[in-house]
Amino acid sequence: MIKFDDVSKRYPSGHEALSHVSFALDDGELAFVTGHSGAGKSTLLKLIMRMELPSSGQLVINGQNLNKIAREQLPYYRRTIGLVFQDHQLLFDRSVYDNVALPLQIAGYDPREASRRVRAALDKVGLLRKETQNPLALSAGEQQRVGIARAVVNKPSLLLADEPTGNLDPELAVEVMGLFEQFSQVGVSVLIATHDHHLISRMRHRRLQLEQGRLIAGSPVQGQVKSPVKGTH
Amino acid sequence: MAAQRDHRPRTEPRPATAAQPLGMFAAVLAQHQGAAVDSLHKLLIDRVSTLLTCTVMGIALALPLALWLLLQNLTLLGTGVDRTGSISLFMQQDDPAALHNLVAQLKARDDVAEATLITPEQALQEFEQKSGFGEALAGLDENPLPPVITVEPASDDGAEVTALYDYLQTLPGLDVAQLDLQWLQRLQAAVQLASQLALWLTALLGLGVVLVIGNTIRLAIANRSAEIVVIKLVGGTDAYVARPFLYTGFWYGVGGGLIALVLVEISLWTFGSPLTRLLTSYDPAFQLGGLGLQGGFLVVVASGALGWLGSAVSVIRHLRAIEPR
Repeated sequence: MIKFDDVSKRYPSGHEALSHVSFALDDGELAFVTGHSGAGKSTLLKLIMRMELPSSGQLVINGQNLNKIAREQLPYYRRTIGLVFQDHQLLFDRSVYDNVALPLQIAGYDPREASRRVRAALDKVGLLRKETQNPLALSAGEQQRVGIARAVVNKPSLLLADEPTGNLDPELAVEVMGLFEQFSQVGVSVLIATHDHHLISRMRHRRLQLEQGRLIAGSPVQGQVKSPVKGTH
Repeated sequence: MAAQRDHRPRTEPRPATAAQPLGMFAAVLAQHQGAAVDSLHKLLIDRVSTLLTCTVMGIALALPLALWLLLQNLTLLGTGVDRTGSISLFMQQDDPAALHNLVAQLKARDDVAEATLITPEQALQEFEQKSGFGEALAGLDENPLPPVITVEPASDDGAEVTALYDYLQTLPGLDVAQLDLQWLQRLQAAVQLASQLALWLTALLGLGVVLVIGNTIRLAIANRSAEIVVIKLVGGTDAYVARPFLYTGFWYGVGGGLIALVLVEISLWTFGSPLTRLLTSYDPAFQLGGLGLQGGFLVVVASGALGWLGSAVSVIRHLRAIEPR
């Protein structure tokens, strides 16, 4: 599903956010990307979303080489990925229903089919009875779940989450992580950036550990990590 | 059975990325409809600022529109009058035999339809009847009026009439030759000049309207940049993101056009009757014309197009810059 091949990202400021990163994520696999803030987690997700281009290396998602996607093709590529933000990024000028329906509207779904899918997604995150409310009226945990419903409503093959539990108390965090596990069980590949070690230590999934832009743990694709693994602090 | 199984995958739902139950055309049409209705709805919620923007547009459009309407009416002025008109020859010599001879000569010309002699006596009589100065004139020792020959040109064509006019000015014994509808020609020339001016004014104010809408849309884009980022991240194309703004510009234009129509109607209502009185003194058949239903419709559509254009300028300049970071 995801294949990083010796990917580096250097920003114009000279800061090297990712350095020779190689790894692969299988279809239906769930993995965590961990590391301190500034270790390159966000950059890694941005590269997958094609918000940034790698400075060097190849990045293949779902069979598509991201270096070769034209600007006009970008929206269609992004429709295959569900993205969950730390701060949920809901739109407060419309209802919960309309927030979740947005990706379907954009993709041009028939309203009846869209309605069926929106309700299924809201049901999945347990918010079906809140569909007419404004997201402002919801709690932080509920808002995050609306964000998750919006990310999965289009049935993406890949789900990305950037610190999805960052603003949630531990109980809600466990609940949200449980949702992600369920999606991976039905075949969706899931990549979650988080620094919540306490939470993920209880979950049996692969951890891709980043430190200062380098991948220091997490079963990289053999023979493709060119930089030596650095010692831990 | 094997054949049936081969067919099964095709009838199953396609993957989410490709499954779009609506056809491409129907989907885009539905999105257009949604964008049009949503943007109108948003404008109606923010009623006061929408009205202000539309009024600015309306005033800017009403000015050239009123000028154009006035010119249109002036162009029609004089169409009720015999366009070529006659040429009056005021003569110096007053020998009746020579004058009758001249009239006969003129009548014989191909470019003259009719030539008539008005003797000083006839003129005085007519003047007495029409002016009411009869008693004053009766006190004069001698008739001050010259003999006049009126010449009707055979042709309607301006160039031929002018050629005839030039020839008549060389006649011996002529004091002054006067083309009766020269005022009309001068008016038409003035109207033509004013039309050029109106065109220039329309272009300038049209540009102003485009810039006003462009700026309004620029602010709207800035206000909704967070929403634009989210839409782009969940796969919205540039066209999808641009559409609500384009429709907003269009609705501003339609609103501005309607306000311009109202303003023009008000000015017609206010200045219409004094203007008609003035102009009928030149041309009794004159009737003040308005825009009419068709003209009004055209104004609203053109104004909507201007709004769309203004928005497009802004969208092209500012929307691409908003990218997920």
